[in-house]
Amino acid sequence: MSSPVARDRIASANPAQPLPRPGRWARLRSSDLWWSFTHKPSAMIAAAVLVFLIVTAFAAPLIAPQNTYDPAELVLWNSEIPPIWTADGQMPFLLGTDTQGRDILSAILYGSRVSILIGIGSVILSLAVGLSLGLMAGYFGGFIDNILMRIGDVLLSIPTILIAILVSAMAMQALPPELREVGAAGVLILAITLSGWVQYARMVRAQTAVERNKEYVQAAQLLKVPSRRIMLYHILPNTLTPIMVAATLNFGLAILTEATLSFLGIGMPVSQPSLGTLIRLGNQFLFSGVWWVVIFPVVQLCFIVVSVNVLGDWLRDALNPKLR
Amino acid sequence: MTIALSVVDLTRDFDVSAPWLNRVIERKPKAFLRAVDDISFEVPLGSCLSLVGESGCGKSTVARLVTGLYRPSSGTIKFSAGKTGAPLSAQMIFQDPFASLNPRWRVFDVIAEPLREFGLRKGTTAIAGRVAELLTTVGLSPNDGRKFPHEFSGGQRQRISIARALAGEPEFLVCDEPTSALDVSVQAQILNLMRRLQDEMGLTYLFISHDMSVVRHMSNQIAVMYLGRIVEQAATEQLFADPKHPYTRMLLETIPNVRNPKRQREAPAGEVPSPMNPPSGCTFHTRCPLADGRCKVERPEMRAYPGGSRVACHRVAESMAALAVPA
Repeated sequence: MSSPVARDRIASANPAQPLPRPGRWARLRSSDLWWSFTHKPSAMIAAAVLVFLIVTAFAAPLIAPQNTYDPAELVLWNSEIPPIWTADGQMPFLLGTDTQGRDILSAILYGSRVSILIGIGSVILSLAVGLSLGLMAGYFGGFIDNILMRIGDVLLSIPTILIAILVSAMAMQALPPELREVGAAGVLILAITLSGWVQYARMVRAQTAVERNKEYVQAAQLLKVPSRRIMLYHILPNTLTPIMVAATLNFGLAILTEATLSFLGIGMPVSQPSLGTLIRLGNQFLFSGVWWVVIFPVVQLCFIVVSVNVLGDWLRDALNPKLR
Repeated sequence: MTIALSVVDLTRDFDVSAPWLNRVIERKPKAFLRAVDDISFEVPLGSCLSLVGESGCGKSTVARLVTGLYRPSSGTIKFSAGKTGAPLSAQMIFQDPFASLNPRWRVFDVIAEPLREFGLRKGTTAIAGRVAELLTTVGLSPNDGRKFPHEFSGGQRQRISIARALAGEPEFLVCDEPTSALDVSVQAQILNLMRRLQDEMGLTYLFISHDMSVVRHMSNQIAVMYLGRIVEQAATEQLFADPKHPYTRMLLETIPNVRNPKRQREAPAGEVPSPMNPPSGCTFHTRCPLADGRCKVERPEMRAYPGGSRVACHRVAESMAALAVPA
């Protein structure tokens, strides 16, 4: 360390006024994470693709040629038009239409919006449940820890898709018919969360159990900082690195789970189709030569999930101190 | 002489049992570890009492009991009234400068936390001013506040730790081996800083260490601990000049001597027995060169001797009695 005398001299030359903090943007630009991002072309491409897909999905009402939620816009004699580059293609149906006269491009844009919303919603809800339960289990230990973790074990021992099927089937029956269409997305988010939170809870619990015995936590306890604040401000930030990676990868997984459920017919209803619903509908016509109805939603789903996974893999490597 | 802290018959047990299911299946009883066993001491106001002993003797547990991080199993810990009339407030300086600062917090926020929690300063400018003042007090620059702990060396981190402890405006500081993780040259700087702060602010220290030379530099009184018990307590120079307990003598043998580096020294014999299953009688009898049959069965009581020292040892008591009889 430099000698205290020298430091005091610096201090007196520069009295009590700390230097201004660099702005958020400047700090991001100078961070290790940004450096690793700009030096990894696959991550940059994946991020660009994902941003493009998300922006177009959420801008669907503005840019889509057709409002697929409005039955009045569907015209039956426009049905089964192939994509624009084939001989029978027609404007404005760039990717063709399905058997109902629904524009595939519009359906994909609206469907991606539904899929991405459910993905984000279930990740946020899983994080909220998983982080708070995991923090409590790890921090308090003992009885609370046992109860919470055994519940998690039970949930983990049942396949995710089975729990999701069970929950969405039951919830759909429980909901009054007029609420089923509106509540479908919420039910799916809940169904995916029910098994999704366990992973976060386990990761946070393990890390919390390590951190809570560190001396900086004891220092905060000495100051009589309430347990809730110790957990949130002291421990949680020190557990988040692996959580960020898991959350990114699970976002892709949640979209896939949603698509699976919708494909099986217990997810989003036909009136507000997600990508999975579109694939299910198109699948019925695959062998009658109307291939474009199923292929394009599948391609869109692949692009979303692969770009999320590439980003997640990059994040995992970038945050791993051993690979720096 | 006012007493700042008095500890009476303090005991602390830890439950180290296997999980419930394992206990039931393997038919094992609950297991307890007695980390601190029936100790009593007093710390006079403005002085420094040091607890010394090998690893695992319960020093750090005493520190955490005194600051209230652990609850005592039995016994009392009483702080006397401070300047304001309320009991003396205690803060703590920790052993590991790398674990005692939250790696995600800027140094400014680390030091400002006690100010905010205790409401000692109100408003951003008052807090910023106080943090800058504290950083200067411990020999750092106010500009260091915006850095993260990993940008500092071990000694600098310990200075930050001291600044945080001082931010709570304590009158009593518990120092749990504050220098044992530091280089020798840096140790001296930190110890001198702590002495200076004691003189300037009239602090009372409970100082925990295993390093006899550090303890000699810092303390007025020394209590030697072995397996959760205090075996000898005396004024610093008294203890160094006339160590009575065989364990104290053994510890003093470990100090290197600059003038006579190659002197005959006896390395401390044996290992500390497991506190899970402490020896009967005097717990030191397994390593004591003077132990006999009585030591194995009868636990020695703490006795006061001329010169102000208190020792728990049958041999010391016997030899003192032998000296006293002819007179």
